[in-house]
Amino acid sequence: MSTEAMTATVDAAEAFGAMQFIWREAEILDRLDYKAWLPLWTQDGLYIIPTELGVKDHADALNVAYDNAEMREARVKRLRSGFSMSASPPARTVRTVSRFVFERDGDVLVVRSAMQIAEYKFERLRTIAADVEHHLEAAEGGQWQIGRKIVTLINADDYLHGIGYLF
Amino acid sequence: MTTTTSRGGVAIDCGHLVRDDRVHTSLYKDPAIFDQELDRIFRNTWVWVAHESDVPKANTFKTSWVGNQPVIVTRDKTDTIHVLLNRCRHRAASVCEKKKGKSSVFVCPYHGWSYGVDGALRKVPHASGYQSEPEKAELSLVSLRVETYNGMIFATFKDDIEPLVDFLGPAKKWIDLFMKQGAGFGVKTLGEHKFRFPGNWKIQLENTTDAYHFPIVHKTFLDSLDAETENIFDVLGHGGWVENLGNGHSVMVMIPDLIDLEDNLDAPIPDRFADLAAELVAEGHDDATVRKVVRAVGGTGFNLNLFPNVACSMAFFRVLRPVAVDETEITHVAIGMDEGPVAGNRMRLRLHEHFQGPMGFGTPDDAEGWERVQRGAAAGDDLWIMVNRGVDAPEGAAEAGHDAGDVSAETGMRAAYQQWKRMMTA
Repeated sequence: MSTEAMTATVDAAEAFGAMQFIWREAEILDRLDYKAWLPLWTQDGLYIIPTELGVKDHADALNVAYDNAEMREARVKRLRSGFSMSASPPARTVRTVSRFVFERDGDVLVVRSAMQIAEYKFERLRTIAADVEHHLEAAEGGQWQIGRKIVTLINADDYLHGIGYLF
Repeated sequence: MTTTTSRGGVAIDCGHLVRDDRVHTSLYKDPAIFDQELDRIFRNTWVWVAHESDVPKANTFKTSWVGNQPVIVTRDKTDTIHVLLNRCRHRAASVCEKKKGKSSVFVCPYHGWSYGVDGALRKVPHASGYQSEPEKAELSLVSLRVETYNGMIFATFKDDIEPLVDFLGPAKKWIDLFMKQGAGFGVKTLGEHKFRFPGNWKIQLENTTDAYHFPIVHKTFLDSLDAETENIFDVLGHGGWVENLGNGHSVMVMIPDLIDLEDNLDAPIPDRFADLAAELVAEGHDDATVRKVVRAVGGTGFNLNLFPNVACSMAFFRVLRPVAVDETEITHVAIGMDEGPVAGNRMRLRLHEHFQGPMGFGTPDDAEGWERVQRGAAAGDDLWIMVNRGVDAPEGAAEAGHDAGDVSAETGMRAAYQQWKRMMTA
């Protein structure tokens, strides 16, 4: 799709609303407010973190995470439980999301962005970078919901470290 | 007694650092001991490099490691597997930087020397520039000795080492049982999770046959399971055992009912696998296949630790690579059924993701625990690591004459450290 066609289908107000939504999600995750994160999703939404770049069929590939609603809820329960050594205490994170590109796919607004996370724990500061794809669906009251979120880490196919928070 | 290492350094006397029931924390912290381990252990025994399905056809390859040395695992047209040091004989540039792929030739990108998949030097550009043509036969990529057992590929720098089958010994039986999770289709690697933790490699080696930590560290994993599955993972005091298999190898049987996946095939299909069974029937599989796949889908009920760097752990291979004295890379290799049912392999992927990997419900807590061992080991220069647990006799069926303890015993760690001591003081 050309840049011209994209700008023609997503107006400025809609684009800004989507950015605000994604920034709000980022802030919720940095605050570890996972209870507030769950309702941002559609019931059949999928949260996907691949282990390889360029994978199209995530269901038949190995992922870092491939979460439906049940697994997202279980993940949130685990991270909030206080019994997960890696999340108690968790690393602190501050993330920035930018370089937005918008594309319309029927009723779905596809937003691709770049994310950088600064992670701090044990006197150690790490930087993690990822390409993020949000598939946003219109919800009640002019809000958005996430139908699919694919977080492709820049080093998805290389070694990572234990991670006790969400991207 | 002062001895020298094979590379000329002064050897450290490590004998007093390993006792029957404890090991000294310098084993986690001393860079000189780490160097000696690379020399005396990783360059001196059989080291896992890949599974045969990683190089399924002629001219396919995978890059891997033997200790800290990068290697390429290849398969030639005669189906022979080669393990080659990934280092051009001219100026030592790596000749392959891909993780896996297909190639009949490896060309050094620096000066164009090219090598076949058996390592043989094929072409040297402008060879006439040398005063005498290089002795091609002497300039092959360095090739390690390779042997395989039931799909597992091992390599060694040591030409006169005992055959792999002798090194594995009683562990062979457990490898054979582990591979039954192919459900008759054979075992195939499906992908890898790779992560590092800032800690010594032996901290992870200890963990694979440590059931004692499981209900504590993995409480949140257990809480995420349905009641039936949680019950199965309630491993302490239910007939499991840990057994020393010799040469540093050990097995921890957590779920005795899942030792042999070809047993109990007539048992009713558990509720949690009802959907999978229905999907397999819809895929057109007969009743016998459906039962085999369902029984095998979650893997075996034991962890087999093979000294020094690989484990067959329930439903995956766990490979460790020593990076530095306080840095270790772990690869969790997901496995499935070769040409097996799509629904079955998909379920295996989801089960793998649930526990394993950098964001799994289990791995990050293991990694945090291992890191904390390394951090805590900094508290004082004369600390000992206790591996003395195991006063109870095993409830299960350990081999007569084998050293064994109950499932939470530290028998496996003691087995590994005694092998470590033998090799480091040899």
